[in-house]
Amino acid sequence: MAAIEILGLEKTYKVGFWRKRPKRALLPLHLTVEEGEIFGFLGPNGAGKTTTLKMLMGLVFPTAGTARILGREWTDPEVKAQIGFLPEQPYFYDYLTAHELLDYYGQLSGVPARDRKHRINEVLARVGLTDIKGLQLRKFSKGMLQRVGIAQAILHDPKLVFFDEPMSGLDPLGRREVRDLMEQLKHEGKTVFFSTHILFDAEALCDRVAIIHQGELRGVGAVEELTASVQGKVEVVWQGTQVPSSIKALGAECHVTGDTVRAVLDEKQQDAAIDALRRERIRLIAITPLRTSLEAYFVEKLQRSETTASTVGTAVGTKA
Amino acid sequence: MNARIVHIASNTFREAVRDRVLYNLIAFALLLSGAAILVGQISIDIERLVVINLGLTAVSLFGVVIAIFIGIGLVSKEIEKRTLYTVLSRPVRRWEFIVGKFFGLAGTLAVNTFFMAIGVFGALLYVAHKFSAADATILVALYFIILEFLIICSLALLFSSFSTPLLSAVFAFALFVIGSFADDLRGFAALTHGVTRLLTMAAAYLVPNFSTLNVISAVAHQQPLGSQLVLHNTLYALFYSAMALSGAVLIFERRNLK
Amino acid sequence: MTTAQRTTITASVCLVVSLTACVLLLRHLDQIRPKATIEDVLYISSPKVIHDASLGFDGLMACLYWTRTVQYFGHRHYNLEDSYNELAPLLEITTTLDPHMLPAYQFGASFLAPKPPGGAGQPDRAIRLMEYGIAHNPDDWQLYYNLAFVYYTELKDYKKASEIFDRGSRVPNAHPFMKVMAAQTAEHAGDYSTARMLWTATYQTSNQADIRQNAVEHLRAIKVDEDATNLQAAVARFGERTGHLPSSLSELAGVEHWPSIPVDPNGVRYKLSPEGRVLVENPDDFPFITKGVPPGYKAPPPRFHSQN
Repeated sequence: MAAIEILGLEKTYKVGFWRKRPKRALLPLHLTVEEGEIFGFLGPNGAGKTTTLKMLMGLVFPTAGTARILGREWTDPEVKAQIGFLPEQPYFYDYLTAHELLDYYGQLSGVPARDRKHRINEVLARVGLTDIKGLQLRKFSKGMLQRVGIAQAILHDPKLVFFDEPMSGLDPLGRREVRDLMEQLKHEGKTVFFSTHILFDAEALCDRVAIIHQGELRGVGAVEELTASVQGKVEVVWQGTQVPSSIKALGAECHVTGDTVRAVLDEKQQDAAIDALRRERIRLIAITPLRTSLEAYFVEKLQRSETTASTVGTAVGTKA
Repeated sequence: MNARIVHIASNTFREAVRDRVLYNLIAFALLLSGAAILVGQISIDIERLVVINLGLTAVSLFGVVIAIFIGIGLVSKEIEKRTLYTVLSRPVRRWEFIVGKFFGLAGTLAVNTFFMAIGVFGALLYVAHKFSAADATILVALYFIILEFLIICSLALLFSSFSTPLLSAVFAFALFVIGSFADDLRGFAALTHGVTRLLTMAAAYLVPNFSTLNVISAVAHQQPLGSQLVLHNTLYALFYSAMALSGAVLIFERRNLK
Repeated sequence: MTTAQRTTITASVCLVVSLTACVLLLRHLDQIRPKATIEDVLYISSPKVIHDASLGFDGLMACLYWTRTVQYFGHRHYNLEDSYNELAPLLEITTTLDPHMLPAYQFGASFLAPKPPGGAGQPDRAIRLMEYGIAHNPDDWQLYYNLAFVYYTELKDYKKASEIFDRGSRVPNAHPFMKVMAAQTAEHAGDYSTARMLWTATYQTSNQADIRQNAVEHLRAIKVDEDATNLQAAVARFGERTGHLPSSLSELAGVEHWPSIPVDPNGVRYKLSPEGRVLVENPDDFPFITKGVPPGYKAPPPRFHSQN
């Protein structure tokens, strides 16, 4: 069963004083997320990521289209018991402590009273918040609030979690911890859907990604495939600053950095290059197949014209 | 009773209390004791009158101000600060949220009024040195004041379901003032003709009628209050609140939360 | 049906039902608390206290109290009540809050002074009110008119009325008839013509429905009184000439060469009682008449006609 099926969700706002000018925040979106995967929803700021998430949460009503979450209509209130949501830059009731907040949320999510206390402590430990008993949320730092946000999203052990910019406000150590957490969630069999504009995190974590820009889906696919070695190139790295003439003759692009040279060659030229280096007694450091970074793919998709992008996007992203 | 509504209500109560709303009781206590002592010193034979009038009017006004400002904050602030997102992403229906907030706020005011009532009776005892049987009507006046609060809370929620905090506060306060003169509004209506009369009459009925709930002067003069009045006022307050809350639910259910 | 639709329908039904219930309850509450309003309003009957409580919005409060005054009077008048105890305080509060509210003084002149059930029966308070008005509005000749009016109609102090008309006529821009009234009241005080002038002036200078209607009723009564007096005089003349009473007014009409039997302002003929009294057919139609009624007749509380 697909964890999330977005079937043409669309949002147009009417702006202007007389509400005449339409602003298309999201063009009709078709997207499927499978159970058990970590799915990244990528795009620059203002692309429509948060709008999509808010529509799925029922906070904003779509102009058209529907969605199914865990097999049920997205508007079904019961479905909410099985999902968790971390909004962007969350803010909580100032005067409660983290424990009280989680207790309240636990009540609303239907976590039975006898389990609540135990679960709250468990989840707080998991997000790395200790020694905060009795501290009111208004005294929490941004990073601490982010962790509380994650805690409340997973408190009731949902099958599917939605994170909107989960890394925002965290230092590198914190980000690593969150990445680890998300991996753990996946290992527990949960599905994670998160939006971000930090490609590095997406590349490290996601099974599949979708790229959205100016309200439109530009590309979808497995990270592996999207960053597959493009055009069969390799990168050869050797010590020194010299470039053997035979390698130059192969038409390689060479960069000298400090005491190393990096050269990009065609896969087929790999052996010839290695022979050349051995002949000149130059020390080979590494040979790596060249992969397109997600960033390059991302930038490429953003620059593509709208008409071609949508057809490519749906073609690549649809699963039977 | 729906468990979620109860949870939302108690959380609202806790919010209000932690937000130091009950500190208003200190101001109230100071005001009332000051007045009681002053009046006791002057001894111009209207001590009882002053304590009851001042006390009950203060209960009413303090309560209305709290009801409006906290009531407005309830929904508007939650939307602005996005605490609502994490609540509504749970199996909470939007209407449950509104109803829960209403009970939480009403509960806060009831508790507040309870403490104030103790203050009023205390001051009364101080100036009059004993209670008389007629003082029981003060309880009825207090009950009517709580009914007023129910109406104000429901209106505060209605306005904050679609308007900004400032505008909501202004509307709610305006309705409180107009509602206190509801009888006069009907009088005005009776003097007009035609379409104006229809519109004014409609307005006069729609505006919350606080004149009927204000029995402070009657109680101060120890006049009896009929059970029919109590019954009808109770029903009126309940139905009016239900009306405003229904409006709030209808609006809030459709609102896109930015 | 989705949950959303169910919620919408439930909430809408609740809204409509509650609204209806509220309206019905309010109407019922009106029955239960009929007198509560004005008594509550006048719980504080000290104008100074109300002024202080108005927080500077005296003008608005004055308007409010004025509306209440008119309603109070109209309500009681309609219900044929025979006391208007709160009228004086209401007017006093109104004029303390806004001393320039001229309609209030007019109203006081017309309805504070006359005896119940036509008014509150407090001419002294009416006079105090007028004098207060004059003190605060020295350039308004109409207040002098109102004051003189009270002296004339209720206290029957024609000399004083004349003096006041005179004083009022000296106010710049005073209506010329003030001088006329001064002279008229000095010389022809009790005449019907003088009274007619006074009431006509009242009718013409007021914009308030109640005051105008009151004036109309008085004018009608004057006509009846005048007619009855004249008719009675004719009967007396007949009696002197013939030694007995006319059998009917038609006989009298023939003798006096009247074109037809005189009719009252309603168009109904006067009649003659066996004892020779001229009577109006329906005395109840003419509040304020003093002639043309059978002996022992008690007038009902005045009800204003709506037509001229």
